[in-house]
Amino acid sequence: MKVAKLARLDLDPDEIDRTTSQLAGMLEHFADMDALDLTDVVPMTQPYPLRNVFREDVVVEGLLRDEVLAEAPAAEDHRFRVPPILGLDL
Amino acid sequence: MNTPLSSLTTATSIAQAVRSGDVCAADVVDRYLAQIVIRESDVHAFNLVLTEEARQTAAAIDAEVAAGRDVGPLAGVPIALKDNMCTRGIPTTCSSKILNNWKPPYDATVVDRLSAAGAILIGKTNLDEFAMGSSTENSAFGVTHNPHALDRVAGGSSGGSAAAVAAGFAPIALGSDTGGSIRQPAALCGVVGVKPTYGYVSRYGLIAFASSLDQIGPFATTIEDAALVLDVIGGHDPQDSTSIPQAHPSLRQVLRTQDVTGMRVGRITDLPEGADPDVTERLEVAFDTLRAAGAVLVDVQVPAFAYALTAYYLIAPAEASSNLARFDGVRYGLRVPAADTNAMYSATRAAGFGPEVKRRIMLGTYALSAGYYDAYYGRALKVRRLIADDFDRAYRDADVLLTPTSPTVAFPIGSKGDNPLAMYLCDLYTIPTNLAGHPGMSVPFGTGADGLPVGVQVLAGTLGEAAMFRAAAALERSMQ
Repeated sequence: MKVAKLARLDLDPDEIDRTTSQLAGMLEHFADMDALDLTDVVPMTQPYPLRNVFREDVVVEGLLRDEVLAEAPAAEDHRFRVPPILGLDL
Repeated sequence: MNTPLSSLTTATSIAQAVRSGDVCAADVVDRYLAQIVIRESDVHAFNLVLTEEARQTAAAIDAEVAAGRDVGPLAGVPIALKDNMCTRGIPTTCSSKILNNWKPPYDATVVDRLSAAGAILIGKTNLDEFAMGSSTENSAFGVTHNPHALDRVAGGSSGGSAAAVAAGFAPIALGSDTGGSIRQPAALCGVVGVKPTYGYVSRYGLIAFASSLDQIGPFATTIEDAALVLDVIGGHDPQDSTSIPQAHPSLRQVLRTQDVTGMRVGRITDLPEGADPDVTERLEVAFDTLRAAGAVLVDVQVPAFAYALTAYYLIAPAEASSNLARFDGVRYGLRVPAADTNAMYSATRAAGFGPEVKRRIMLGTYALSAGYYDAYYGRALKVRRLIADDFDRAYRDADVLLTPTSPTVAFPIGSKGDNPLAMYLCDLYTIPTNLAGHPGMSVPFGTGADGLPVGVQVLAGTLGEAAMFRAAAALERSMQ
């Protein structure tokens, strides 16, 4: 339930039950790595050792506003329109 | 017209004939469209066939040829594109209801490069939703069938692209490979499939699944065609900061030297078991073939190989749970109206994502959540390092490694049921490559049970594409 809330997924009770049992099965399988000694191993977040990729600070053409907004579920005054985000008791 | 159209079955031969004015691109396209009309209703390789657009592009290319202009190395070659790569103004769905009919406002870099090379986009192919799966059964728009046996899966997640090439709907296609999603369907459909080194091909415009693992690559009927496509789409792109900032040697040039004498071909002696006998039998033939061609067989160990599945199914869902947060009903795709934004996000995502995508988002969210991060995601990243280090050690003794691509031939549609782990095991032999960032390819190498195609996987170290392609070409030659 808590994970579904974090993931912003409105799952029904059946889906929660099924997912919980499937995840439990997977986590059981994943326990195989407990056999490894990982004490001094440096975590690897990505394969290629790139860092600080910069580009020249020049103006380039971006996406066309109207083309982007034409694909939005709701738009108004050249902006994305969403339900209220303020004044709610969340 | 000196060349009969029907003799042109490879991208290489089509491009040559179109460039020289020997055949019209329009006729080439019509021939492939005719094949689509005959078999697509059985195979369902495509989410969208671009009949009129392809004809228009072909006419434009023919006009260029008539005007004496150079139309590029893929002149007049139809190509099928996995439907998770953005095409401006053309629906790009990821086979998900959440992006149903979304039309991107830009083209992926690979699309720009293919178009500049004279290729003709003939359709967008089916996939497991957001590339999560190994059978193309997890698509919101129906299952893709294996052209070799319609009751079998085409593999996945790029099953539509593999099936399109196998069924003769296009001579080449692009897929994306996060844990085997090019190589495994290539093996099951009996075509060539290549996942290059991470960063070899720009990911700009590829809708992200797991950003540190995803890589675009080609499907083709020949090794040479795969090299031709990679020469066009590879190379640095400023729009993708993870693309390798250097030029790659032409793989077509590499293939002009066909000799594998002295090449060190490695066998992983501690490879996890699980492959069917018909598959391992073909692998043994592959080892014998390369030895007979002059290669030297060596034994290597990759002890952490066995833990790759665990590392992958923590890292990939963790990255996916973050990447897929952008599908929230605000800027594109589906929105389920609700009183406030949080309710709108949750309702939209619940309605738009299919069961496998939800499962992986949940798994990834769990692996990243406070209290579990170190035990799961953190440890998986360390296992990933062990795997990469083990491979690096193996590649001191070997130039390439051979393994099965898939543990089995194409399995019956529906046979893995509701057991996610059984499905995940399909990628046992392909996943470690993605974790290490290395290249790998599947070469069609005869048949196994029920006469279905078997693929042999050729692996190499970082930017080891040249040796990998030469070894693959030697296997291909032995089958001719």
